[in-house]
Amino acid sequence: MAYNSKDTAAFKGVWVFCEQRDGVILGTGYQLLSEGRKLADDLGVELCGVLLGSDVNETYAKALGGYGADRVYICDHPLLKDYTTDAYTKVLCDLVEEKKPEVFLIGATNIGRDLGPRVAARLHTGLTADCTHLDVDVEKYKAFLKTTSTIDVDNTPFEDNKNLKMTRPAFGGHLMATIVCPDYRPQMSTVRPGVMQTQAFDEAKSQQTVLEKVDVKLDASDIHVDLIEIKKSAKKLVDLIGADVVVAVGRGISSNPTRGIEIAEELANVLGGVVGASRAIVDAGFISADHQVGQTGKTVHPKIYVALGISGAIQHLAGMQDSECIISVNKNAAAPIFDVSTYGITGDLFKVGPMLTEAIKAFKASKG
Amino acid sequence: MKIIVCVKQVPDTSGVVAVKADGTMDRAAMATISNPDDMNALEAALQIKETNPDVKVCVVSMGPPPTESMLRECLAMGADEAYLVSAREFGGADTWATSNTLTAAIEKIGVDKGDIVMCGRQAIDGDTAQVGPQIAEKLGLPQVTYVTAIDYKDGELTVRRELEDGYMTIKVQTPCVLTCIKELNTPRYMSVSGIMDCYAKPYTMWDFNALIDSKWIGAVENVGLKGSPTQVYKSFSPPVKGAGTMLEGADKATCEKLVSILGEKHII
Repeated sequence: MAYNSKDTAAFKGVWVFCEQRDGVILGTGYQLLSEGRKLADDLGVELCGVLLGSDVNETYAKALGGYGADRVYICDHPLLKDYTTDAYTKVLCDLVEEKKPEVFLIGATNIGRDLGPRVAARLHTGLTADCTHLDVDVEKYKAFLKTTSTIDVDNTPFEDNKNLKMTRPAFGGHLMATIVCPDYRPQMSTVRPGVMQTQAFDEAKSQQTVLEKVDVKLDASDIHVDLIEIKKSAKKLVDLIGADVVVAVGRGISSNPTRGIEIAEELANVLGGVVGASRAIVDAGFISADHQVGQTGKTVHPKIYVALGISGAIQHLAGMQDSECIISVNKNAAAPIFDVSTYGITGDLFKVGPMLTEAIKAFKASKG
Repeated sequence: MKIIVCVKQVPDTSGVVAVKADGTMDRAAMATISNPDDMNALEAALQIKETNPDVKVCVVSMGPPPTESMLRECLAMGADEAYLVSAREFGGADTWATSNTLTAAIEKIGVDKGDIVMCGRQAIDGDTAQVGPQIAEKLGLPQVTYVTAIDYKDGELTVRRELEDGYMTIKVQTPCVLTCIKELNTPRYMSVSGIMDCYAKPYTMWDFNALIDSKWIGAVENVGLKGSPTQVYKSFSPPVKGAGTMLEGADKATCEKLVSILGEKHII
């Protein structure tokens, strides 16, 4: 029978695309498997990792089981060594058409955001970009809304079904929207790196993982680009996602961006952290994009997040509001950032920032 | 040779965003701008035209009739022809339905041997980055997204594609679709002569019936809200979190007080 994306009853199982670069699986894959596990349990179905590459290391494939996968589809072919849109789209679409998963999650990396829409277009299904929260269970979704929205959940009707409810910031991050794809399968979503938390590795589960080799049908004529080289950036990129402390700067540094970033660096140094930035500062070219926190940047949950001159647009809050302790300095007492802050100081970051650095230095010195 | 550039007029989400009582964005109350990444795509096309005089640059947009102002600006920057696809039937579209309509329009303009379709990576009102690749899929063309450099010589196209930790250099067959990001270039301003000429240049508006014969449209069920696989289930504003502690003052004593609290709670 022909493949039909509207035959929703024919689709079963949750899939996660596990992106590898140079044979190493990206952290996003583990994060999505951890999240996918919960969805698969709520649906009562299998969770599968999908791994594409050349000479795929089976130890890595097994490891995906330790993060939740019941089964790993291995698509091993010389033409899958490095990413090309053409090859990866063909192999994934062939596999979806054969196995028919109901949910398909892809990390929203630069590659995932190239691949996801192409796959969704070929399969004739919907795709929701850059999700920050996923649910299938209505009660769990309602519990999520109770803590994250102003909706009167108990007096609002909800359709009771197991469709994937995909939540993301909308309109430049000024609103949140939950998107569904009720009539087409698979329900596809890309998810920002760092948004979902990786669960602890389970060695026993890893040993039980079923590895299934896929018969890949791929030919050089399927690929219409010629990958000449992949160059790693010489500059060491800032590791925002792994940092315990992030000191971030926003529009408030605009009067003197060089000094503003310097103040943030000094404060980050005494706290053992790294410098982050809001979208406005990255867009203005004051700092490189790897520093960007927020919906279109990175999602962080450090122990301490210091916001210097950041007003707190939803798009920024989406990337940092789950930080354990948020300290904000802003001239505007009404800035939304204060609403999510643990501690706030109404003042000029150019004055308060250095004083904070000095106070911390003094504190550390007093502790020897 | 032709370069077709897809452009979108968007609400300026970097400024004040007006929200209606029902939680949707009040677009009418907001200033509109040309989507920034799309202007990088247009600039790239105009630069190729400068060194290859036989190149014709066509801009195409889907949107309400006032989108004409943005298209005239594109013509004033140096584009040769503009196309606006505008009809109620196209409204409320998700990326699948949007790419159906734009693909239909691009095919009607015509993609020939050697042509290039360019888009911005993403629009600032949706931030999805999906329409470019979905147009490429429907046109059956190769794509390269996140383009930060373009080398076009004697019909050979080599581009640089940004990764999080570096870049790829890719030679791509034409016709193809490229999506561009701001690192690619700095968009030019309109010239005075360009502004004078922009109302004399070819400007075409297509409604639903003009595109209905496309295999991507065919019926009203394939475009706009009706043709969208994804639907908004709920939209909401985040609540105000339980307010934290606002410290008095902004001087040395304030900073010392904060640090002592952080110390007591073993946060530092």
